[in-house]
Amino acid sequence: MNLNVHAREERNGGAEGGAGMGGDAAVPREVRCDVNASGNGCPGTDDVPCPRVRRGTETLKEGLARMQVGGVIMDVTNAEQARIAESAGAVAVMALDRVPSELRKSGGVARMAAPERILEIREAVSIPVMAKARIGHFVEAQILEALGVDCIDESEVLTPADEEVHIDKHAFSVPFVCGCRNLGEALRRIAEGAAMIRTKGEAGTGNVVEAVRHVRAVARDLRRVLAADGEELVSLARELGVPVAQLLRCREAGRLPVVQFAAGGIATPADAALMMRLGCDGVFVGSAIFTSSDPRRRAEAIVEAVAHYDDPSVLARVSSGIGEAMAGTDVRRLAPEERLQERGV
Amino acid sequence: MTVRIGVVAFQGAWGEHLRLLERLGTEGFPLRSGPLPEDLAGVVLPGGESTVIGRHLVASGLSAALAAGIDAGLPALGTCAGAILLARRLEGPAPEGRIPRVPFLVRRNAWGGGAPQSGTQRDSFEGVLSWNDGQSSRGVFIRAPRFDEPEEGVTVLARFGEEPVALRWRNLFVAAFHPELDGGGPLHSLFLDACRRFGNNAAVPRRA
Repeated sequence: MNLNVHAREERNGGAEGGAGMGGDAAVPREVRCDVNASGNGCPGTDDVPCPRVRRGTETLKEGLARMQVGGVIMDVTNAEQARIAESAGAVAVMALDRVPSELRKSGGVARMAAPERILEIREAVSIPVMAKARIGHFVEAQILEALGVDCIDESEVLTPADEEVHIDKHAFSVPFVCGCRNLGEALRRIAEGAAMIRTKGEAGTGNVVEAVRHVRAVARDLRRVLAADGEELVSLARELGVPVAQLLRCREAGRLPVVQFAAGGIATPADAALMMRLGCDGVFVGSAIFTSSDPRRRAEAIVEAVAHYDDPSVLARVSSGIGEAMAGTDVRRLAPEERLQERGV
Repeated sequence: MTVRIGVVAFQGAWGEHLRLLERLGTEGFPLRSGPLPEDLAGVVLPGGESTVIGRHLVASGLSAALAAGIDAGLPALGTCAGAILLARRLEGPAPEGRIPRVPFLVRRNAWGGGAPQSGTQRDSFEGVLSWNDGQSSRGVFIRAPRFDEPEEGVTVLARFGEEPVALRWRNLFVAAFHPELDGGGPLHSLFLDACRRFGNNAAVPRRA
């Protein structure tokens, strides 16, 4: 018990605390000094954590996300795709049973990927492996943590398990990335413990319009937060539906306080560079790589485009000779219930 | 006199390195292509994914330019992925673009206790480091490499428990942890000293 209380204080650094303290979802965090256990004379016990080793801290969780900056995270559904993604220069892979465009076609309930698939993919690569849990499904998240995934995406691409409450992400040692359509959503997810934010976009469409809408919406509200008088912050917090402490974090950082990636509909090197130009730190590419005619070359081109996003001559070179992009979908033709971005609060 | 330090800025925590250099009163700038500027006094290879940074080093031609600079005495600091790229020996599949100069053996994400490269984010940790001058500081290890078999001429600057986690060889510094997430500390003092010495000596143009 004591252990849990201590861990929570440590993780929140005494700051906001705020959202979702669902005790049942809490996983006791390791405080044992088990790194290099041989003869390091660890003074820690269950009640008094070892002063020498801490795990699952905000620094470590947000730090993993910082190591992804300037990179491309690719959806893969088997070991071979994972190896192609890694050798093409992906910074991480997202392990899935089916990519979003397939989920759209097949319908039904989309759930966490099968553990054996995740492990097969983890075996195949040395880069971080991420996996998706359903919104609010903290048990799927605990399973993914137990499997040793490096980061969990609490994702609207899967069918939500809870339409009101998201996972208490502070209760986990593993970092989470969450989707957002605007600053309020982004900061609510960060208050719940997300270490990384991505736009929702409209996954599986190959159409970047929604991701652009979402990153612009975040930037527009951020400008208001940064420009506001101190005394306006409380009403701004109320309007956005977020704790004031989160607005203070934004003002301290001069931006979103965690790493922000683009996701949802990115299909070409130009799309990826566009999202970088709009201020994103990196991109997720879902269906667009392995449903295209030449996955390896498209993957390599998107990696180059993200690193050299402000150099049109490089973008022109890498956009050439990479085959057909995925066909894509006009988002306006989707029925409201087909729009994945509406999932989550 | 301030010196200019280039931070390899394709992928990873290069922004944190730039901010830290600024806080320490040094001018850092992003380095994305060769040739190296004449007044370059040092270079930082940041944390990130070594496979990805290495690819970009090759594609941009920076790998060869940096290797030539380093062989001419240019100081370099490699943290985490950057240390992997500077290690002379490496266990397991090697990323491209390496500048394998510091004589020690590196094992990528190897704090998992199991097979090579079995480390995952759950093995990431913060721990207290002991420096060889008696200082201690915090170290942030994220899917970190392990250092082994430092050869003659290598100074172990810091250990975590028994394990070497920061090394110096001539003007090259490597760390398994992330000083850029943690305010710098002893490693940056040593690295910046080396950069100042190199930068001042180079007041006379280095190239013929």
